[in-house]
Amino acid sequence: MTLHIDHDVCIMCSRCVEECPYGALTEEGERLRVNELCTLCGACVEVCPVNAIEVVEEPRDATEPADHSGVWVYGEVERGALHPVVFELLGIGADLAEARDGALEVVAAGSGLDALARELSGYPVEAVHLVEHPALVEYRDGAYAAALAHLVRRRRPEILLAGATARGRSLMPRLAVLCRTGLTADCTGLKIDPQTGHLLQTRPAFGGNVMATIVTRRHRPQMATVRARVMTPPPAGEGPPPRLHRWSVPEAAVADPTEVARRAPGQEERLNIAEADVLVAGGRGLGGPEGFDLLQELADALGGEVAASRAAVDAGWIPYSRQVGQTGRTVQPDLYVAVGISGAVQHRAGMQSSGTVVAVNSDPEAPIFQVADYGIMGDYRQVVPALISELRKGAGDE
Amino acid sequence: MHIVVCVKQVPDTTEVRIDRERGTLVREGVPSVLNPLDAHAVEAAVRLRERAGGRVSALSMGPPQAEASVREALARGADRGLLLTDRRFAGADTWSTSYTLACAVRRMGDVELVVCGKQAIDGDTAQVGPGIAAHLGWPQVTFARRALSVEEGRLCTERMTDHGDETVRCPLPAVLTVLKDLNVPRLPSLVSQMRARRCAIETWGADELEGDPAEYGLDGSPTRVVRVFTPPPRGECVFLEGGPEEAAAELAELLRERHLA
Ligand SMILES: Cc1cc2nc3c(=O)[nH]c(=O)nc-3n(C[C@H](O)[C@H](O)[C@H](O)COP(=O)(O)OP(=O)(O)OC[C@H]3O[C@@H](n4cnc5c(N)ncnc54)[C@H](O)[C@@H]3O)c2cc1C
Ligand SMILES: Nc1ncnc2c1ncn2[C@@H]1O[C@H](COP(=O)(O)O)[C@@H](O)[C@H]1O
Repeated sequence: MTLHIDHDVCIMCSRCVEECPYGALTEEGERLRVNELCTLCGACVEVCPVNAIEVVEEPRDATEPADHSGVWVYGEVERGALHPVVFELLGIGADLAEARDGALEVVAAGSGLDALARELSGYPVEAVHLVEHPALVEYRDGAYAAALAHLVRRRRPEILLAGATARGRSLMPRLAVLCRTGLTADCTGLKIDPQTGHLLQTRPAFGGNVMATIVTRRHRPQMATVRARVMTPPPAGEGPPPRLHRWSVPEAAVADPTEVARRAPGQEERLNIAEADVLVAGGRGLGGPEGFDLLQELADALGGEVAASRAAVDAGWIPYSRQVGQTGRTVQPDLYVAVGISGAVQHRAGMQSSGTVVAVNSDPEAPIFQVADYGIMGDYRQVVPALISELRKGAGDE
Repeated sequence: MHIVVCVKQVPDTTEVRIDRERGTLVREGVPSVLNPLDAHAVEAAVRLRERAGGRVSALSMGPPQAEASVREALARGADRGLLLTDRRFAGADTWSTSYTLACAVRRMGDVELVVCGKQAIDGDTAQVGPGIAAHLGWPQVTFARRALSVEEGRLCTERMTDHGDETVRCPLPAVLTVLKDLNVPRLPSLVSQMRARRCAIETWGADELEGDPAEYGLDGSPTRVVRVFTPPPRGECVFLEGGPEEAAAELAELLRERHLA
């Protein structure tokens, strides 16, 4: 679809220019012009007194993929610092950019982001695009999606990656619709198809039972959210900070009527299990909430966090924020110790790509052993205390 | 207040089996269920109606048999059921699904709130809710996890982020997606099940929606699935023997070797 202006009918009354929320209409000489900021929202069509403007259907995919180039990584900033997943995306982003002969750039929205470029010094990033506006001080999906869409339309990246964080999975789907392009959620593998040049986006589906590879054929940018802890961050080298480009957005474009009041995170919410290197997870087999006290001790001895199966959460032994699995969090620690967890597919879906998996279970037939590297068959009440004391012994030796 | 709750019929993934040889899903005999998170979405919508008045419409897009999930939403308290079904909708990805659902919401005219589950268990994308919001140009509040209310035309709730919860407030119309922590869905009573069974479910096809036909279904979908395969299996599990003490000592040693302890 495009915006069609009938210049013979247009009386240059400027009403549409004033009305356009995106600043997409300008008067040049005797003519009204529409620029690349147009979202086809139709506001101009409605105010035009002489019906000179029309949104017309066109053959689809009018934007040739060839118009787009470069790889963008969304720089998610929380409390002034980049989210660790951003650095992970720089590694894969650089590979993709090289395969496509394009530049790797970071895009971020917010306010007071001056330190961002410095944080990216020494990484293979050519430029940082910042959209800053007072409306972007507090993170809000609507305002951020609009700001990023504005920039995507102007700069036309070929690929746009974001972490599959809570924010990424809320912001990116909105952005993808505004950009009229495809988005693949929660990818674990990304590469360029050497034949077509398309981005091959691989992700688990059906609770991790199958993997699917997805392609966005003709729409650009090709957008994907990527699971944290799947990609390896490139080593930080020495170097100057990347070039910084500042962009402004029209006030009307980033208007978002939502109000956010942050709360100090509660004790149990502070640690995000999705980011822990070591997780000790307990299930119904613990028999009660006190089992988690023992697991906490083990987690402390291993320098990790406590997690749980849904059965343990449903029993009220531990909060939902700790649930691993299809309806909980996807985790990928270096070490996952599953204690008293049978290993139903929905649980495995959330943990089966962990580094090393250890299972402690009294039932030798428990499916958790199918995804475990090491198994101990037995009662956790004996195994776990023995393991804690072995680990403490080792720590004392050092 | 007119609330639309979007419900999806999904295969019960507990029952999904893989044909290891062909690397495909065995779908035969797999029961279809209401997406579990959508039961929480229905409950949220019904509770808002109970407090603020109005009505709840259950909306689904899918093949004719998806009617069963709309009926389940009715049994769980929705007032009206609407199924978008048309061969032209088939093969839709999240872009096109959210477009089609948004067209239906727009067509209804007086909707003030759309409620979705956080994600569907077949695709796990969590993209349709925000997609509907973007198509409608409405604000979105995702991942609501407690204290949901509507007061003086404003939606208020606490939502989950990666860094703790935040309280958000937003004017209607808006789109909301819910987590399972938000509520405990009540079980349909016998009476409500009977009512749901008798209730007529409206169906709309592409001709009833005033959208762009080119945006529906596979044709309107920017993404394509090009390959489906089973994840490579892990190696065999090594069982550590010899009783708790011995096994624990061996495990501690192995973890140290791998620099995990
Ligand atoms: C749509 C859907 C979504 C779901 N999402 C999730 C999800 O996100 N996460 C999730 O975890 N589940 C999820 N489930 C639930 C899942 O199917 C299982 O019911 C759940 O994971 C079982 O939890 P469990 O392993 O702790 O309990 P159980 O299956 O009851 O297993 C307990 C285990 O403990 C062992 N045990 C008992 N006593 C001891 C002892 N003293 N010492 C050692 N071992 C002992 C037993 O042998 C058994 O294997 C979902 C289900 C559905 C239908
Ligand atoms: N075909 C559909 N019909 C109705 N609602 C849907 C459909 N697909 C997705 N939804 C809604 O969008 C939510 C998120 O789904 P998904 O983006 O597929 O993970 C679901 O919980 C439903 O509320």
